[in-house]
Amino acid sequence: MNIPKKSINIGGEIFEVPDLSRLFGKGIWGVVIVVSLLWALSGFYIVDAAEQGVVRRLGSFSHISEPGIHWHIPFPFEVVDKPKVKQVKRAEIGFRTVDPGPPARYADRKNESLMLTGNLNIVDADMIVQYRILDPVKYLFNVRDLDNTVRLAAEAALRQVIGQREIDEALTTGKGLIQADAKDQLQAILDTYKSGITVIQVQLQDVHPPDAVIDAFKDVASAKEDQHKMVNQAQGYQNDVIPRTRGEAAKMVKEAEAWAFARTTKADGNAHKFINILRQYNKAKNVTRKRLFLETMEEILPGVQKYIIQSDKNGNLMNIMGAPGALSSGGGR
Amino acid sequence: MSNNSKLILIFAIIFIAIRLMFYTVDEKGQAVILQFGKPVKTVKESGLHFKLPWPVQTVTFFEKRVLGYDSSEREILTKDKKNLVVDNYAKWRIDDPLVFMVTVRNESGAQARLDDIIYSKLREALGLHDLEEIVSTRREELLKQVTLSCDSTAKDYGIEILDVRIKRADLPEQNKRSVYERMRAERMRIANQYRSEGEEKALIIRAVTDSLKVTIMAEAYRKSEIARGEAEAKAIQIYADAFNRDPEFYEFTRTLESYKSIIDEKTVLVLPADTDLFKYLK
Repeated sequence: MNIPKKSINIGGEIFEVPDLSRLFGKGIWGVVIVVSLLWALSGFYIVDAAEQGVVRRLGSFSHISEPGIHWHIPFPFEVVDKPKVKQVKRAEIGFRTVDPGPPARYADRKNESLMLTGNLNIVDADMIVQYRILDPVKYLFNVRDLDNTVRLAAEAALRQVIGQREIDEALTTGKGLIQADAKDQLQAILDTYKSGITVIQVQLQDVHPPDAVIDAFKDVASAKEDQHKMVNQAQGYQNDVIPRTRGEAAKMVKEAEAWAFARTTKADGNAHKFINILRQYNKAKNVTRKRLFLETMEEILPGVQKYIIQSDKNGNLMNIMGAPGALSSGGGR
Repeated sequence: MSNNSKLILIFAIIFIAIRLMFYTVDEKGQAVILQFGKPVKTVKESGLHFKLPWPVQTVTFFEKRVLGYDSSEREILTKDKKNLVVDNYAKWRIDDPLVFMVTVRNESGAQARLDDIIYSKLREALGLHDLEEIVSTRREELLKQVTLSCDSTAKDYGIEILDVRIKRADLPEQNKRSVYERMRAERMRIANQYRSEGEEKALIIRAVTDSLKVTIMAEAYRKSEIARGEAEAKAIQIYADAFNRDPEFYEFTRTLESYKSIIDEKTVLVLPADTDLFKYLK
């Protein structure tokens, strides 16, 4: 289509412009109306569910529009920014995600992650900060380059908090506290800039000793294990020895008790035997006495070498060759 | 046709006049009005404003938002003569754009000036404190002081300093090595302590066990000896009670009993013929 041209003279210079009046054939007012319509239509805008619209009129903040379709007075009178207020942003301290994967790959940033603790030790700590826009007006108009500001403030906050902790606390038990403190600290810093940012979460990814000394730290862990092992072994010894000893002790006591019972019981038996014999003996003393004596002699003399010897009138035995010295008389009653 | 041209010309003139006499200040910015190149007025309010048309008055815009300053790493000596590699940042804003324009002209001019101010103040402040205080105990308070003194100096340049912060404060590489050595020694000490404490605990448990064993056995010995003694005593009493009824008969029967065990086949007995046993042999 061949657009008709015409020349106009502005300030002594000649410009060639499309002859709109001829193109539309309705004169300049038709053109003005069509252009105005197009201009007015350009004022429609859509705010996504994750966004809020912030409208500036002649540079001044005018109002906020919620998700949906809206109209604003078109440029140059009103301008709309649509910050993503629902989007959670993330800043990584001490590392960067190279490839979100899977499998995810990360690159270390040692100059960010190595930091001094209390008592001047050094730890290696990685942290993730999650934040989002809380106040889109503050976000847009108060601080330039906010994402970088969050990163710098997060680094400063983490170092400050770690600097107040002992290394052992930072490495183990204090992790939750460090996170909470770092979050508070970071939020406080961002609030002083009136940034309109809210920190959702601060996560300490990994706190570990620097690579140069990690083996020494591991040795501490294995020393702890060694300690447990030694104690366990000793307790094993204890568990083995004590019950066995108790058993032995019980055995000893039981044996003694049994012996004691036997002793008294036997004594009782013997005593009764004696009393019974005595009772009968008292009824016929002489005869019984003789009988007991003779019975005993019968029992013992058969297996014995015996020499029966005549004694002199005084009752003294005559010496016998080979016999042991003088024997007393009266070998029994 | 010429009618339309006139109309366009009128529109154009009106438009240019508006451009020359009105200006808008954005929410993010502020403006300085210059009259024949000389700054005369600061406009911080956003919105539509009027000025005398060019070339009488012109307008220059500046940022109103908080701006950043990020230094490069620098070594600073602390009070206890230790080197510290400090990387700091600051947040500032153009507070008085008129003064700002006259003194430092623009943002890059401001960056150079901030570099001077912040470095010297920080150096001064860190030089008054020990490393430990800077890293751990008094960082916050120290930085507040630095911020205040930087701010009061920067006022001369129309700049407000909101915050000076140490992003990183680390030891130089050669000092790190000695820190690592110290950490390593400390860990070795702790590891040794764990191991010897383990030995201690184990020895105590074993010793307690052994002594408990001895105690248990001694107690058992005591109990059993008491039982035996009591039984013995009781037996003695029982025997005594019985035998005392006729001690002479007891002696007689008991002696006969003992003959049985004393005399065996190896015994040689020499018996006189006139004993009771053999009296009938005569």
